[in-house]
Amino acid sequence: MTDNSIAIKKEHESYLEHKGKYSGLFGWILSTDHKRIAILYLVVISAWFLIGVTLGFLIRLELFTTGETIIGPQTYNSFFTVHGIIMLFLFVIPGIPAIFGNFFLPIMIGAKDVAFPRLNLFTWYLYVLGSVLVITSVFLPGGAPDSGWTFYIPYSVRTGTNMIITLSAAFILGFSSILTGLNFIVTIHRMRAPGMGWFKMPLFPWALYATGWIQVLVTPIIGITLLLIIFERLFGVGLFDPSLGGDPVLYQHLFWIYSHPAVYIMAVPAMGVISELITVYSHKTIFGYKAIAFSSLAIALFGSLVWGHHMFSSGMSDTANFVFSLITFVVAIPSAIKVFNWTATLYKGSIELEPPMLFALAFIFLFTIGGLTGIMQGTLSLDIHLTDTTFIVGHFHYVIFGTAGFGVFGGLYHWIPKMFGRLYNKKMAKVSFWFLFIGFNILYFPMFVMGWLGMPRRSYDYLPEYQIYHEISTVGSWILIIGLVILVYTIIKAIKSGERTSEMNYCGGETLEWYVETPPTHENFDEVPVITGEPYAYKQNEL
Amino acid sequence: MSSEGNVAVHVHRDDEASKLGMWLFLFTELTLFGGLFLMYSVYRYTHQADFHLAAQNMNTFIGALNTAILLTSSLTMALSITALQRGSKKLSLSFQAITIFFGLIFLVNKYFEWSHEFHIGNFPGSESLLNKSQGEILFFGLYYVMTGLHGLHVIIGMAVIAVMMKFTINNVITRTNYVKLEAAGLYWHLVDVIWIFLFPLFYLIS
Repeated sequence: MTDNSIAIKKEHESYLEHKGKYSGLFGWILSTDHKRIAILYLVVISAWFLIGVTLGFLIRLELFTTGETIIGPQTYNSFFTVHGIIMLFLFVIPGIPAIFGNFFLPIMIGAKDVAFPRLNLFTWYLYVLGSVLVITSVFLPGGAPDSGWTFYIPYSVRTGTNMIITLSAAFILGFSSILTGLNFIVTIHRMRAPGMGWFKMPLFPWALYATGWIQVLVTPIIGITLLLIIFERLFGVGLFDPSLGGDPVLYQHLFWIYSHPAVYIMAVPAMGVISELITVYSHKTIFGYKAIAFSSLAIALFGSLVWGHHMFSSGMSDTANFVFSLITFVVAIPSAIKVFNWTATLYKGSIELEPPMLFALAFIFLFTIGGLTGIMQGTLSLDIHLTDTTFIVGHFHYVIFGTAGFGVFGGLYHWIPKMFGRLYNKKMAKVSFWFLFIGFNILYFPMFVMGWLGMPRRSYDYLPEYQIYHEISTVGSWILIIGLVILVYTIIKAIKSGERTSEMNYCGGETLEWYVETPPTHENFDEVPVITGEPYAYKQNEL
Repeated sequence: MSSEGNVAVHVHRDDEASKLGMWLFLFTELTLFGGLFLMYSVYRYTHQADFHLAAQNMNTFIGALNTAILLTSSLTMALSITALQRGSKKLSLSFQAITIFFGLIFLVNKYFEWSHEFHIGNFPGSESLLNKSQGEILFFGLYYVMTGLHGLHVIIGMAVIAVMMKFTINNVITRTNYVKLEAAGLYWHLVDVIWIFLFPLFYLIS
């Protein structure tokens, strides 16, 4: 797609070797290079992710038997709260945009950096500050937060644990997220290379664009909502307190006005990654380019109007329930458009089952299960039965871990050689995939079954008839953890001592990142590329 | 950390991008307050009579005075940009200083208003407020949260303009490169616009 006359000079120093104003550690933590910031994010996000995984592992272990297995009920409550906060606010929300978005968005649109490089670095510092506050709140006297990640009123006002620190942390993380989204929107509007019209842009930037708008438009709502809980705790204003005239259900509205679209902040970038992986490893032009691009925007739009489906049992009017249920069904359409287009891309493609492709295919499988169970819960009559059971826990792990998690893993294997100029062990990568995929299903599928049978979520103890499902699920978590250990080991080994490569296009991709050095130079491009063709021009495979 | 050695050569300037970024940021500020306006409309709808009653306690004169002060400060802010564009750095600096001064007067008025309410016992958790109707409690709760958050924005705006004054003195902001001052101006107008909505909601509809 690019002008092939881009000068290739092998002696170019990569962004990893680039000597800026500062050297050593400062060369990283004070760098405004989008690629270095991406690596900074990668390091910190991975660390929190592993802590989140450990907490999840311990929660599952506790549920292995009835009664107390390893931890007490209060610790259990803190664990599922902190697990949720870490995984959502520290891993999946920033995850793909901050790591892959930062690294590849400017390259994919032919820019030298994002629109506001210093603001970009600032978001990383906000992120670190927020994440350190989350962890601090766990260890300070008063105890770790135990309200669940949803901070529902009135418990989040009444509990004696360190809520204010956690809430401030979430506020700061939200600010970081807003600024990243803002930066990407402006970058896409203003920095596209000459000739790169909107519909010549690859699909990953499209996904980041849609995500950016969700981040900018809805995140402030959670900001003000969290501030209000802090005010309630400090001053007892009474805005959510029924005895003073307030309405706790209004809190739930405000919370989900952000937190449902936030699901799409998590999923849409992952869908963007998958769109890239599917087309690269099928060696075939993506099917329905415009449909995929617009479906991201449609998800962003409709996804912002369905928050009420989290509250079917909270006492809304029947009309409200009906309308929210209807729009929930509507939002399934753009999601399905993506799935159908991905599958259609596979048709008659030269599919290469490389590790990233395995994750992409698993993504489609898991997302379909997650999406369809979401439709079940969007149905009013069924939701009354399923609400607050482990069915919902299974559903959102399929949707969020299955998309954002597998999107990150697939993206890592896809882009690690480009980012670091080193190859990973493909055999190990495939082993990690199978452990992750099998472990994932054994871990989360029983949750649908026991939830259907009535097992409540967030419950410390349970009746003996549910034990078999909990046991299967916990065993699944062990398999999943083995897969994660292998994955982390494979990635770290690749980055530290993997075989060096400078092959620019090791996977036969067509987007711009495959036309720059491996690893990219400090300024990405020697000359500003001029775009003439369509993205994904795999002409030789056209039907 | 503004420039990394040889990168400085390539720092490109895109005022359109800066302005687009600022507008997006203002958008987020509007949604931040939007959450509160949403709460105000819900509670006003459910407690109409109480809200009327509570609003009668407010001193419309100080509210109107503050509105006039903020509107004038928006004018001086705009004048400071025009002055700079016409090459008068000194005049621009004085207008920026006057804008900060108006912000200060606004806050002093606000301080007297708040302390008056505190004096007669209208503050969250006070006994006399808890004895009032639920709608009045909500009204004053929203009043403190919304004007408080707005006041915080006034303070931030003043700090931003102070930085802009420093930039103007150091010639970071110049006749040809004034996008930073424009962005600060946009922020100050936002602070103004939010107050224009707060004023009728708390003072006039009674």
